[in-house]
Amino acid sequence: MDLFEYQARDLFEKHGVPVLAGAVATTPEEAHAAASSMGGRVVVKAQVKVGGRGKAGGVKLAENAEDAREKAAAILGMDIKGHIVGKVMIAQAAPIEEEYYLAILLDRSNRTFLVMASVAGGMDIEQVAHETPEKLAKVPVNTNDGISKADALKIIQQAQFPADIAEQVADTLVLLWGVFVSEDATLVEVNPLVKTSDGRIIALDGKVTLVDNAGFRHPDHEALVDASATNALEAAAKEKDLNYVKLDGEVGIIGNGAGLVMSTLDVVAYAGEKFGGVKPANFLDIGGGASAQIMADGLAIILGDKDVKSVFVNVFGGITACDAVANGIVQALEMLGDKATKPIVVRLDGNNVLEGRRILNEAAHPLVQQLDTMDGAAARAAELAAN
Amino acid sequence: MSIFINNHSRVIVQGMTGSEGTKHTRRMLASGTTIVGGVTPGKGGQTVEIDGHQLPVFNTVAEAVAATQANVSVVFVPPKFAKAAVVDAIDAAVPLVVVITEGIPVHDTAAFFAYSQAKGTTRIVGPNCPGLITPGQSNVGIIPADITGTGPIGLVSKSGTLTYQMMFELRDIGFSTAVGIGGDPIIGTTHIDCLRAFQDDPDTSAIVMIGEIGGDAEERAAAFISEYVTKPVVGYVAGFTAPEGKTMGHAGAIVSGSSGTAKGKKDALEAAGVQVGQTPSETARLMRAILSR
Repeated sequence: MDLFEYQARDLFEKHGVPVLAGAVATTPEEAHAAASSMGGRVVVKAQVKVGGRGKAGGVKLAENAEDAREKAAAILGMDIKGHIVGKVMIAQAAPIEEEYYLAILLDRSNRTFLVMASVAGGMDIEQVAHETPEKLAKVPVNTNDGISKADALKIIQQAQFPADIAEQVADTLVLLWGVFVSEDATLVEVNPLVKTSDGRIIALDGKVTLVDNAGFRHPDHEALVDASATNALEAAAKEKDLNYVKLDGEVGIIGNGAGLVMSTLDVVAYAGEKFGGVKPANFLDIGGGASAQIMADGLAIILGDKDVKSVFVNVFGGITACDAVANGIVQALEMLGDKATKPIVVRLDGNNVLEGRRILNEAAHPLVQQLDTMDGAAARAAELAAN
Repeated sequence: MSIFINNHSRVIVQGMTGSEGTKHTRRMLASGTTIVGGVTPGKGGQTVEIDGHQLPVFNTVAEAVAATQANVSVVFVPPKFAKAAVVDAIDAAVPLVVVITEGIPVHDTAAFFAYSQAKGTTRIVGPNCPGLITPGQSNVGIIPADITGTGPIGLVSKSGTLTYQMMFELRDIGFSTAVGIGGDPIIGTTHIDCLRAFQDDPDTSAIVMIGEIGGDAEERAAAFISEYVTKPVVGYVAGFTAPEGKTMGHAGAIVSGSSGTAKGKKDALEAAGVQVGQTPSETARLMRAILSR
């Protein structure tokens, strides 16, 4: 889960990372109130989970509270690369002297964590890495050792930070490691980390990505989810504990196992090329449990998608037995009754496949047709969606 | 021969007394795996009977190894306790630890993986994987043993169900070993580790490699194939239609910006001389064509 800047700021503050005062506002009036309680000049910053908001006009300096109200009114509702601005952060303005870069992230390639530090802050770091790689220090961190102050000083030195601020930046890096570990993050990025004219080091803008499956030790992370950005079908699926992603297409997909479902989407898209370019409408992995209830929940979500014209149920029974899947489909259709209106193509293979196919044949539901192969079934589902 | 497991593999099950652990211990036993005991902290000293097998339960992996000479551990412990379980197995210097558990936070995996690297005595497979099978000899994890039997193909895959699908497509030919390496962002055994082992295994004559979106493991595997693998490799990559920035089921299956795309992986594999199928069945046909040459 990617956080908004204001959420990252709050997490930083909680862990003692130096930040400026900041408050979130969803209306110009709230922006006015926040700015007047801070006093003086403030920065009004669009809260969007996409880069380049400054260039798009989403960050503006306001001279006073009244000005903050006007700037907020201009920024709220703005479209920044397809993201509609629903919130702004009102942040204290700071006299910036220098801009630096600090980040800690998961390095999948090397199966470790990585600190990146640079004195070329405030810029797109991928550009720095590409154009002036000598200005970006990359140092792997063994998670079982962590980052001590001495480690941090070494990294800061390697990145050629000025000596007079090395201590402060190193302290900040140690605190950021604390955020990274104790919040189960895969990214903690500060860009820019600034030195103010009075010599303070401050995390001015932050990006944080949290691990999705560490919720059992972070009940507080649930409150950070941006409900407004979640698609209604995805939200309904989440309520039912279904692993569902909405896509732009016409063929609803249900399968078991993430890899097989991804593959099913691809195979449907290839087949769809012959039928006017129909595409998969969703990703839905029902996992090992293909009970009638899970199948009914899955089918209900997919049939609730107005874009869906046909459904493809693709199951390879490993641990899951195909007869259980077939019973699940039959019972799900009974539960759904009149709500089931789209043709359903089923391909079963693997564990107990003959019994599974027999159950579906015997039920002879008018919406259900079976095919023996994944490619054949994908083609049929695509054809049905095109008509 | 085979890779990683064979008929000398003596397996303990961490979490054997839990419902998943018991269910899969039964299945592994039924497929001929030598299961020698289980580990559940606090339940040491008990004996569990599963389908006529009397299986001792130990508090720690070290105790289990001392009593049973186990050389493989398979982990069915829930995410919350998985890190402690794997660390316990590493401390006991078990040569192979297969972590089936899905949903382990990546910080925990990073910690036990780094620990295993530092100790240097344990290979980890997974987490979030179906395990591995050497048909007719040993089956460690949840791969169905009745799909196919022994044969000349080695298989390495990030996905469980695609492993089953591919074994099914090529069931008349059979497999030396099939390894499900898992779909998490950090995994203990990579495509490269398996490719190297299959290349060195005299009983493997061709390799199927299944990848999916996210990370750069397939690109790195492609580079490795160019420099090390002389046996024929066919590939399959899932996730061409996955949108950027969305996690597709597996925690590691995500396209970030322009990196981790299926196309990038396919192109890298093809550049290394690997034939890549557009669908699982086409991939199986490519393998058939190679083996019938």
